[in-house]
Amino acid sequence: MYNTEILVIGGGPAGLKASLSAAEQGAAVTLIEREPHLGGQLVKQTHMFFGSREQYASERGFKIAEKLNKQVEAHPNINVMNNATALGYYDDGVVSLEVDKSFATINYKAMILATGAQENTLMFPNCDLPGIYGAGAVQTLMNVYGVVPGKRVAMIGAGNIGVIVSYQLLQTGVEVPAIIEALPEVGAYHVHASKVRRMGVPIYTTHTVLAAHGSAQVEKITFAEIDRNRQPVAGTTKELEVDVLCIAVGLTPLTEILFQAGCQMNFIAELGGHVPQRSDTFETTIPGIYIAGDVSGIEEASAAMVEGSIAGLAAAEKLGHGKEQYQAKLASARQELASLRNGPAGLVIRQGLEQLAETREVNS
Amino acid sequence: MISRTGVPTAQQIASVKPSKERLAEGPVAIVECFQEIPCDPCYTSCKSGCILPFEDINDLPQMDFDNCTGCGVCISSCPGLAIFVVDETYSEDEALVKIPWEFAPLPEESAVVTGLNREGEEVCPVTVKKVRTSPKKNDAYILTLVVPKELAFEVRSIRI
Repeated sequence: MYNTEILVIGGGPAGLKASLSAAEQGAAVTLIEREPHLGGQLVKQTHMFFGSREQYASERGFKIAEKLNKQVEAHPNINVMNNATALGYYDDGVVSLEVDKSFATINYKAMILATGAQENTLMFPNCDLPGIYGAGAVQTLMNVYGVVPGKRVAMIGAGNIGVIVSYQLLQTGVEVPAIIEALPEVGAYHVHASKVRRMGVPIYTTHTVLAAHGSAQVEKITFAEIDRNRQPVAGTTKELEVDVLCIAVGLTPLTEILFQAGCQMNFIAELGGHVPQRSDTFETTIPGIYIAGDVSGIEEASAAMVEGSIAGLAAAEKLGHGKEQYQAKLASARQELASLRNGPAGLVIRQGLEQLAETREVNS
Repeated sequence: MISRTGVPTAQQIASVKPSKERLAEGPVAIVECFQEIPCDPCYTSCKSGCILPFEDINDLPQMDFDNCTGCGVCISSCPGLAIFVVDETYSEDEALVKIPWEFAPLPEESAVVTGLNREGEEVCPVTVKKVRTSPKKNDAYILTLVVPKELAFEVRSIRI
């Protein structure tokens, strides 16, 4: 059995920041990551980040990952375990792991879950044909392994991920003949949409995919305009020859361990599904279990990093570390998070968090 | 509408365009940012006092064009690739347009390529005058294009 003071599960932006902030307060941290490398989704992000200097604005995601990974690996208080997957949570709080293909267990005084999210998918005829990918897989192929997924890719979903991955496909020389979005408006930041549009990619809002066609793999898709009830409008069906269909229709928080641990969970559509109830320092209803990043609600990586910092500070403080600077550091991180969410782009998150706070009051 | 198509309206473009008099004075930054998102590096990178201080990180950039030197630092600091520099003093009937560029292979200097508008439609042939790495050294490039003056607010991309 391994022992640690603070166990951080997940080495993406939230987990990296949580580890650093807890370690800087003096806590001993073990960071487990199922991939052979740290960075989470950051390593696939080739675009410059938004936000402010504090969240590395104008730097590319993979460069931010390099920076944070270096700091984490150099920190004497942080023990990194790559190729380590959390398997389950036992009644006594012990977490079981698969580490380099062997079984192990780990005990801790506080835990920060930064497990991130998984992609949503879409059901339509032939949705299981080879050549139909989630956007995360396309990014992993291209940006981690240097493999292009195909020659002509239709994208489903005009949120930030769909539009950013479309742009990355264009950068690798792959054609993107359409971005298809069921909602009446583009969910991505408009500047991202403008970027792909001026490269000639049409965006079809209020459209949906009807079916994929092909025998051994996808060869063609049909898509159509939809009405208010999300039903196809007669006479609007279009065909598109493509060898890849990429699906980017949102994310769902990866919450299995939280459910297993018995944390109070609430379904909040605005936050992406079931999310844990939490205090204002990201502690769940089980004392000593904290959350940060997409597992707490789907949001941008800049917010995930700040949440990680807050959870790391709070978990360390709970164990008696860094009491002196705690309040000042916490106040400044909270201010950062509030300002990221302050504008119209943060409205849905603010609404989701308000609903969550209301259920907290009802339940308490 | 930009929220449906990614293409800003003529009114939106007009709202970020400097006066004729200012354009006649030399290069100036055109910030085509129309959505309040949490992002402020244009302002923090501007050393000329052209992009005015943000009160809130979600503010839209406000410009004092008189202070703009056309240096282009903001082009490569904008994560949305939404900033361009237009210089209408280049020649009698041509303007220079600087655009951010993240595609390989890079065009050759003095190559003639196809200028594209905000919808990705072909507009006119343009000459690539300069290809520069971004001052931020962040793997972005800035292309300086020679564009017919009347199309300086149309051409925003190229096809090689």
